[in-house]
Amino acid sequence: MALPSHIAAAPASTGSRTPIYALVGNPNCGKSTLFNALTGLKQKVGNYPGVTVEKKVGTTYSQHGQPITVIDLPGTYSLAARSPDEAVTRDVLLGRRSDTAQPDRILCIVDATNLERNLYLVHQILDLGRPVILVMNMMDLAAQAGLNVRVARLEKELGIPVIACEAVNGKGLVELRVAMSRSDLPLARHAWDVPAPIAPAVSELAASLVEHDRKQPLIARAEALLLLTDQDSVRVAGSTPLSPRTTEILHHWQKRWAAEGTDWAGTLVNSRYEAIGQLASDVVLRAGTVGPTSSDKIDAVVTHPVWGWLVLGCVMTLLFVSIFTLAQAPMDWIGTHTALLADWVKSHMMAGDLRDLLTDGVIGGVGSVVTFLPQILILFFFIGLLESTGYMARAAFIMDRLMGRVGLNGKSFIPLLSSYACAIPGIMATRTIEDPKDRLVTILVAPLMSCSARLPVYLLMIAALLPNDRVSLGAKVGIMLLMYTLGTVGAFGFAWLFKRTLLKGAPPLMIMELPPYRLPGLKDVALQMLERAGIFLRRAGTVILGISIILWFLAAYPKAPAGATPTQQLAQSFAGRAGHALEPVIKPLGFDWQIGIGLISSFAAREVFVSTMGVVFNAESSEENTAPLRDALKAARWPDGRVLFTPLVCLSLMVFYVFAMQCMSTIAVVKRETNGWKWPVFQTLYMTGTAWVLSFIVYQTGHALGF
Amino acid sequence: MAAALIKLSDLTVGASATVRKFPAQGAAFIRLREMGLLTGTQVTLVRTAPLGDPLEIKVRGYHLTLRKVDAAHVLVEPAL
Repeated sequence: MALPSHIAAAPASTGSRTPIYALVGNPNCGKSTLFNALTGLKQKVGNYPGVTVEKKVGTTYSQHGQPITVIDLPGTYSLAARSPDEAVTRDVLLGRRSDTAQPDRILCIVDATNLERNLYLVHQILDLGRPVILVMNMMDLAAQAGLNVRVARLEKELGIPVIACEAVNGKGLVELRVAMSRSDLPLARHAWDVPAPIAPAVSELAASLVEHDRKQPLIARAEALLLLTDQDSVRVAGSTPLSPRTTEILHHWQKRWAAEGTDWAGTLVNSRYEAIGQLASDVVLRAGTVGPTSSDKIDAVVTHPVWGWLVLGCVMTLLFVSIFTLAQAPMDWIGTHTALLADWVKSHMMAGDLRDLLTDGVIGGVGSVVTFLPQILILFFFIGLLESTGYMARAAFIMDRLMGRVGLNGKSFIPLLSSYACAIPGIMATRTIEDPKDRLVTILVAPLMSCSARLPVYLLMIAALLPNDRVSLGAKVGIMLLMYTLGTVGAFGFAWLFKRTLLKGAPPLMIMELPPYRLPGLKDVALQMLERAGIFLRRAGTVILGISIILWFLAAYPKAPAGATPTQQLAQSFAGRAGHALEPVIKPLGFDWQIGIGLISSFAAREVFVSTMGVVFNAESSEENTAPLRDALKAARWPDGRVLFTPLVCLSLMVFYVFAMQCMSTIAVVKRETNGWKWPVFQTLYMTGTAWVLSFIVYQTGHALGF
Repeated sequence: MAAALIKLSDLTVGASATVRKFPAQGAAFIRLREMGLLTGTQVTLVRTAPLGDPLEIKVRGYHLTLRKVDAAHVLVEPAL
């Protein structure tokens, strides 16, 4: 079939403007590596407005030093989008997003070891009528697998530049740059016949899309083909509904095909794969059969019914041990230096409210969040490592059955597990979950996994509950384990509940590629780690700063008369008054107004509870040595003389901290990841509500039993 | 051609087969088809996950997972 005249006449040159290339490809084909290799650190990472999909735009240079813009689009197997990420790829390529200029040219990267499936996307992209450069990546691995990929042959068949490349070690980049610098990129000599029963529908739909949906004539045919491949994909985020006329045409044809027994979508995909199969058999020569690959050998162990669990356990243990050991020193360093910074400001500024705002509000508040940065960075690094080696997919494969019991799929496993260290990287790692509902459920329950910020609270309460000298270590460890179990059970219980009620959806698909194991590209992993940490600091920073200042204000005003101790100041501040106001609500849990102040202030970060208790009860204490504070807590009394911190109250308080959403950073991250305040507010309410109810049950039951 | 068709989920581990009947509709099947699993495609059941589900199959030279419930809708003709 000859190409329609408007496609053949597409502009191949962009004139004097900086040309825009879109980089597209299947997942796991080395797209990010190529993007990093092309643009280096000249990248801008942001978000597509309205959806939580990362927008990566970089600049590279032509062989003559002219700048070229490259947009790294989310990886996808098809333009018939099934997730918000894939919808972005589709919409940018089709020029549907007002926030992103339609790319002039398309850089399509494929995995040479897996050509057939990769060419499916290429085949769809060639329909778009834009100049395309095909990057044949992983040529070295293809050769190792006994495949002889004849690049020149493919170039001849398609009529577009095909560049052999090994993105990991930079091979082929020079040739790619030369091709990208060409002003006269040819359009593909791409001929495939839309199967006869479908062809008239494609023309009719395309005409209607131009007339009634204001689609560009150039891409109307591609749009019509997508519509027929997967009608549901028009409903995926970011799509405008079809005009009534086009819908009518679509339904008319579907009814007719249904009556005739034509599987239209299947026919279309089949016909593409037929064309691809012919192309691939010409281009790829197999040098006999090869035995099991190293990936197969690794998988025999890693997904083995027995060894698989052992490997998973070891990997996770290693992850947690390294987080807690490696993060300690930098965390201490940050803690010390924020204190030093505050002291320095104190000694260089006149005493006054502004100084206190800076030192206690801004530096203190933000410092308490930044302290967790080393942990967050290490987690991001590990998650990146697991992703780039291919182990992440195996962990999801192994865990899918268990996660399926609560209605999630295996991909939620790593985000939830990471949340044991810190919910923030866990929540940011949910981006690998395609289904928006599954992703949201995972985000909603992730903060229930007991994170490391709860540890100081647990430790203090256990210390107050069980004095060192009399109780065995076993009892303490037992209580600690109980809290972790409670959080985990809570997370899975709520996931189960949400999947059945609020976010009811089809059972999640577990259609996932298990990519061959690869050595991690450390540069790419490190870059990604820094990017994610940057996003956290930038996006969460404003919310964290705002809440820090509010919390400081609540504790600092109104001012106590001169000469008051910090304890007295806090007691009569707004926070102190809020504690009093809160007392009727938390009294049934066994808490008084002083604990109420702790609950309010630890909204900044859970471990702040410990330092607040230090101020409230006027006890100098540190996280390492809670002994003075423990004694002060033991001495605390209700006004009527009863002991405040009875073992039951300590337990009730711990249960409260297991469930309550006491973390402004998490709220800020959830706001960013869900694109609004609705879900973080809901999450805070349901978590804190559950915390109240369970603490109530613990305290009242214990009380009734005579504890 | 007269060989009996069985469900992909009932294939023995390590065995190869040819897809003969593939559902026309359903989110899972549209995507599976676009990933190259079509009527006439050769598949090998590589293994099941340690807990018996999902399955790992090899199709067009790469490895893919799908759940048993979905695989039960795909009918295959085992290779002799």
